[in-house]
Amino acid sequence: MPDLDFTTVRVQDVSRTYGRRRALAHVSLEAQAGRVLGLFGPNGAGKSTLLNILATLLRPSAGKVLYGTHASETAGDVLRASIGVLGHDLYLYPDLTAAENLAFFGRLYGVPDLDARVAECLTLARLTDRADDRSGGFSRGLRQRLALERALIHRPRLVLLDEPFTGLDDASAHILIARLRTLAADGAIVIMATHDFDTAETLVDDAVCIDRGRAFPIVAGSGSLRDRYRLALQETR
Amino acid sequence: MTPGFWKTVGIIARKDLVVEARSRELLYTTVFFAVAVVLMFSFSFVVDGAPLTDAAAGILWVALAFSGTLALGRTFERERQSETLKALLLAPVERAALYLGKLIGMLVIMSLVVAVVGPLVVVLFRVSLDGVFWHLLGLLVAGGLGFAGVGTLFGAMLNRSQSRDVLLPVVLYPLTVPVMIAGVSGTAALLSAEPNMARAEVWLSMLVFFDAVFLTLALWVFDAVMAES
Repeated sequence: MPDLDFTTVRVQDVSRTYGRRRALAHVSLEAQAGRVLGLFGPNGAGKSTLLNILATLLRPSAGKVLYGTHASETAGDVLRASIGVLGHDLYLYPDLTAAENLAFFGRLYGVPDLDARVAECLTLARLTDRADDRSGGFSRGLRQRLALERALIHRPRLVLLDEPFTGLDDASAHILIARLRTLAADGAIVIMATHDFDTAETLVDDAVCIDRGRAFPIVAGSGSLRDRYRLALQETR
Repeated sequence: MTPGFWKTVGIIARKDLVVEARSRELLYTTVFFAVAVVLMFSFSFVVDGAPLTDAAAGILWVALAFSGTLALGRTFERERQSETLKALLLAPVERAALYLGKLIGMLVIMSLVVAVVGPLVVVLFRVSLDGVFWHLLGLLVAGGLGFAGVGTLFGAMLNRSQSRDVLLPVVLYPLTVPVMIAGVSGTAALLSAEPNMARAEVWLSMLVFFDAVFLTLALWVFDAVMAES
């Protein structure tokens, strides 16, 4: 199955409802290869719903998402092979070792030369010495690092991250920032939802505020990302 | 290059079995539960060393159904704990392969339960397997496949439901009534004082038919069932 090649992801007038509750309302945005897009907003604003739609786990109630020129409904498995997701839940099997978790997902994605790739991912996660330990015994930070490599093992074109800095110490957060910068520099599209403005400040190229299901751009300019976010939030209310 | 259908089935089943081999949680709980059921029935139905006529077939299938339900609920609970089911759904593999992989993992666990409970029933209820062993094995395999096939589908469906532990048996037992009737009737025909092979073969044929229908339906609807619309 060939990988789907795309350099943009366009969310076009997407709405999503859960019964009578509206989680997203007419959201439009664009993410480009080589750039990191940050999604910011209060709890329950709709960030995770948007990430789930981008990951193809949820279907929009209205509107569409285009991956290059391909719609999610038509691309199917080929599209999913190009997406890597690090969710708030880490998608790791606690009874499998770090190496087994990576190998399992590597096999599902048909990663070539799997043993070498698993070893490379363990090195990147700085878990080589814990490769044969069960992930259930890891701290949140270690599991977070392992989960990131699990999400990236198949070298996805689109990387979706939900609160990726949760549980990471300063050193690990800086390594993650460097890893995400490298990914973007290598041509990946990185979309990240976070509340960590200080960490995101040095990472994101474009920022969007999501509030009560609606999306507004956080304009680039002077002032910290947090101040610009607050300004954007005030203007939406 | 993503793996083919059967390779995916193998990857999922192997993962489930490795996880189970590590924790042995499902195996210990289901075997213990099935043994407890058989023993409790034996206290009532074996009087002065003489078992009640034709009780063994019903008891064997009740033990398998109850312990199987326990295993089915827990196997998907594992996938829910770290939301790994989401990760499986994100992978570029056919959903039907996920279903079959989970089903095979379940069948291996149920086979191990049969391997423990079967001999126990034979000993406690003084059952003779002379000339009926392969027919009995056929009934257990076909019945187990039908039961686990429906159970795996509904276990996955109810994974997001808060009251899944209560709902699974409520949904599963009525739907698998045909499997249970055919399994118990066929087994009773084999384990009676004068085994009726022809009758057992009719019930076995019915089980094979049920399996074909249930598995086809499950493979057909699993993709739709797993999609969050």
